[in-house]
Amino acid sequence: MVISSTVSHPDEQNESIACTFASRYVREQVPKFKMPENSIPKDAAYRIINDELMLDGKPRLNLASFVTTWMEPECDKLIMDSLNKNYVDMDEYPVTTELQNRCVNIIAHLFNAPIGSEETAVGVGTVGSSEAIMLAGLAFKRKWQTKRKAEGKPYDKPNIVTGANVQVCWEQFARYFEVELKEVKLTEDYYVMDPLKAVEMVDENTICVAAILGSTLTGEFEDVKLLNELLTKKNKETGWDTPIHVDAASGGFVAPFLYPDLLWDFRLPLVKSINVSGHKYGLVYPGIGWVVWRHKADLPDDLVFHINYLGSDQPTFTLNFSKGSSQIIAQYYQFIRLGFEGYKNVMENCLANTRTLKEGIEKTGRFKIVSKDIGVPLVAFSLKDSSKHTVFEIADHLRKYGWIVPAYTMPADAKHIAVLRVVIREDFSCSLAERLVSDIEKVVNLLDTLPSSINSKDAHVAVIASETSEEVKKDITETQAEILRYWKKLVDGKRVGAC
Amino acid sequence: MVLSKTASESDVSVHSTFASRYVRTSLPRFKMPEESIPKDAAYQIINDELMLDGNPRLNLASFVTTWMEPECDKLIMASINKNYVDMDEYPVTTELQNRCVNMIAHLFNAPLEENEAAVGVGTVGSSEAIMLAGLAFKRKWQNKRKQEGKPYDKPNIVTGANVQVCWEKFARYFEVELKEVKLSEGYYVMDPAKAVELVDENTICVAAILGSTLNGEFEDVKRLNDLLVEKNKETGWDTPIHVDAASGGFIAPFIYPELEWDFRLPLVKSINVSGHKYGLVYAGIGWAIWRSKEDLPEELIFHINYLGADQPTFTLNFSKGSSQVIAQYYQLIRLGYEGYKNVMENCRDNMIVLKEGLEKMGRFNIVSKDDGVPLVAFTLKDPHNFDEFQISDLLRRFGWIVPAYSMPPDAQHITVLRVVIREDFSRTLAERLVADIEKVLHELDSLTAKIKMLSGTSSVTVHEVVKDNGQVVVAKKSALETQREITAIWKKFVLDRKKLNDKMNGVC
Repeated sequence: MVISSTVSHPDEQNESIACTFASRYVREQVPKFKMPENSIPKDAAYRIINDELMLDGKPRLNLASFVTTWMEPECDKLIMDSLNKNYVDMDEYPVTTELQNRCVNIIAHLFNAPIGSEETAVGVGTVGSSEAIMLAGLAFKRKWQTKRKAEGKPYDKPNIVTGANVQVCWEQFARYFEVELKEVKLTEDYYVMDPLKAVEMVDENTICVAAILGSTLTGEFEDVKLLNELLTKKNKETGWDTPIHVDAASGGFVAPFLYPDLLWDFRLPLVKSINVSGHKYGLVYPGIGWVVWRHKADLPDDLVFHINYLGSDQPTFTLNFSKGSSQIIAQYYQFIRLGFEGYKNVMENCLANTRTLKEGIEKTGRFKIVSKDIGVPLVAFSLKDSSKHTVFEIADHLRKYGWIVPAYTMPADAKHIAVLRVVIREDFSCSLAERLVSDIEKVVNLLDTLPSSINSKDAHVAVIASETSEEVKKDITETQAEILRYWKKLVDGKRVGAC
Repeated sequence: MVLSKTASESDVSVHSTFASRYVRTSLPRFKMPEESIPKDAAYQIINDELMLDGNPRLNLASFVTTWMEPECDKLIMASINKNYVDMDEYPVTTELQNRCVNMIAHLFNAPLEENEAAVGVGTVGSSEAIMLAGLAFKRKWQNKRKQEGKPYDKPNIVTGANVQVCWEKFARYFEVELKEVKLSEGYYVMDPAKAVELVDENTICVAAILGSTLNGEFEDVKRLNDLLVEKNKETGWDTPIHVDAASGGFIAPFIYPELEWDFRLPLVKSINVSGHKYGLVYAGIGWAIWRSKEDLPEELIFHINYLGADQPTFTLNFSKGSSQVIAQYYQLIRLGYEGYKNVMENCRDNMIVLKEGLEKMGRFNIVSKDDGVPLVAFTLKDPHNFDEFQISDLLRRFGWIVPAYSMPPDAQHITVLRVVIREDFSRTLAERLVADIEKVLHELDSLTAKIKMLSGTSSVTVHEVVKDNGQVVVAKKSALETQREITAIWKKFVLDRKKLNDKMNGVC
């Protein structure tokens, strides 16, 4: 145990009894670049850090994120108790390992994996969907390479076909694992991947086509069924056997409960692997994702490392090794605590609150709703008229009320569209939805009284726009595009990464 | 919020969990249950099953921290719902990570100017950190080769055979060849001379380990640096070094400050360290630090903008909890240099107590060195009658988890027991462990004596195998043949266990 020495400051004999705010620790500079030489009492350390963290945003008011921000206190207890369990020590913590396996099986069945009644599912718990996607991508890459080697064809230029609306981790996967990313561009009012265009882009080097169930930007579900049909046709013609991966990071725990008839999972024959974030609508704190493969054959054995415990083989395929066990246990807690009915109730509540928010926003008459009704429960909306003020300003002003509502521009080719997006999580109740609507109204009214804060240097766009619309040199769309480009410069390169 | 339906049993909410129906129904294993159950029942059921897991603090196999102060636990719970990657929303948490990176970079003597920010990142563990470092080396080497107009499709990395399994993962997943320097009996780390011999034009880096998983030894990074500098001069290949300081990175600076292993050596371009080992934080945090901006190719970095300032990120994981980053910062400012030094000195002292206790029994050879990660690795002087795996098995009965491993090639015939001394392994526990090991030896000795006795006087025809549950079998042959058979049976038993354990050199 650490013994803090108080010898170095003999002039302060009563140090250990001084209240933290009476002690010297709160008037010295907090170390930022170098480790401090001396220890400080634990209360002081706790207090200093806790106080600085007060200036972070409030997780529950962070409407940008899909990631869970509330769990029941009973689950918190389980989490605390397992903080010091290193998940990878399978030998030492066999029950925890088994809980992971149960979760994998539960999720595989939820996604209708074609598993026999005595068969175990193929899948693994990860730190999040990023790791899950990298593992799935690796599996596709390796399978494709093996196939090409057997055919005696070149295998040095793999590519993957996705929509331009993919989350940044696909770009990471492409860059780190040297796979080309072929993106299907979006268009105004069509913010997801078009299956037709996607299938057109497939060539012999395509390792898989990735569809998203729950696009980050608008919450929409891509039409995986149509993609499957078109790709089946193309595969018949070409013989390439290109598979599908479904990135169900958000949608994986929404669709089975709200839209059970929607065909998107292993019921479609070309879908070979699916990833889902346990920490989004799986309702667990950040730090857990899942990837499930259709069948053993879809996961090349040479990627799997075999660790032996209790005499039986435990295959593992992860990028991370040591990590905490808490989130896995929490995921299992949610599965047995809520069950199918519980998850369904939560999702239905989210949907109802989404509707409340959407209707409230529509009633202001100033916004256009960009998100669809079917999809992940969120509301994405743009300003009908962005000539004087933009959604970025609205986002800024909402912060004053405590809300964190992000504003994004769409990726290519819809870069002139900017939206505000509110994600409805489990803990966003109807009263909060109503309060948000009223605060948005307040902000919009406030902005009406303010002059346009757009820089006059951006000449075409200045004051003219609102009053003398005839004198505007360009039409409204171009103007809006310019304004947004200006704002974009300010928020240069902001990635649509928050998930 | 979830409304649990209690329609099926009117006053189910009144029942004590163990009086309710929930503890007599089978827990779902393969499919999601149809109905919800009360939260108390869910908690109780899971908690009870988890009782059968090992006790983390008695897990002497692991380097990973198993105890933190309650004040830190408070901070952890308070930040458990903060998604670390939302840098916009949690700028303070992001800044705490940056402070940690800078502190660790300075601890490793990175050549930074007064107000220069260090280059590094927090990861989920050393595995991720190593993959990032390896990726950086691979990309740098590829760029260099492309420029020189030379082939760049066969990168390799030189390490010792004692590397932790994540290097093998890196090699396999990122398509880099792993060239391993074989160990030999009595020399269980990478030999710098042999390593440098293996370096060729396709080598992206040489990886040295500060704190070998198997016996805690520090590899001689200085010597590696010197030899590699010479070879680089001859060949012009400019091969760099990476130091895997997963365990040693938070030990060497405090108790061996004179040891040159970090950025003080010019060829060392990146270092990884596990915050969750001797960084004294719970599982789930590691750090990767680069010498300078040049050592991290820009094209690998994704730029996220927050508060108008550029926040470059380079990680494999995206969303993850913030708790461990905050806990690491807590430890760094709470303990400071003096605190970490005290903890490491305590660990070292307790390690000596354990080592001397084992030596006193006269039955063991100590394989670990005094200098290195505080652990004790030991082998039986005479494994003739029983071996290390049996000792490990019997120790479990007392609650201790002490792993037994065989060494990697070419020393596979050596098996060791390894006890890692963590911060929370006090002297009393060390003395108790010594006492329990003595008890175990005593028990195994008497079992052996029993076999010998029975085989000497027996004339029955039944073949039995001596198992570690004490059942002794009598053989029908002569005493010598009997002993031979028994030894053969033991050997087979042990070899089978060794095969099982062969692939498991991954525990860290």
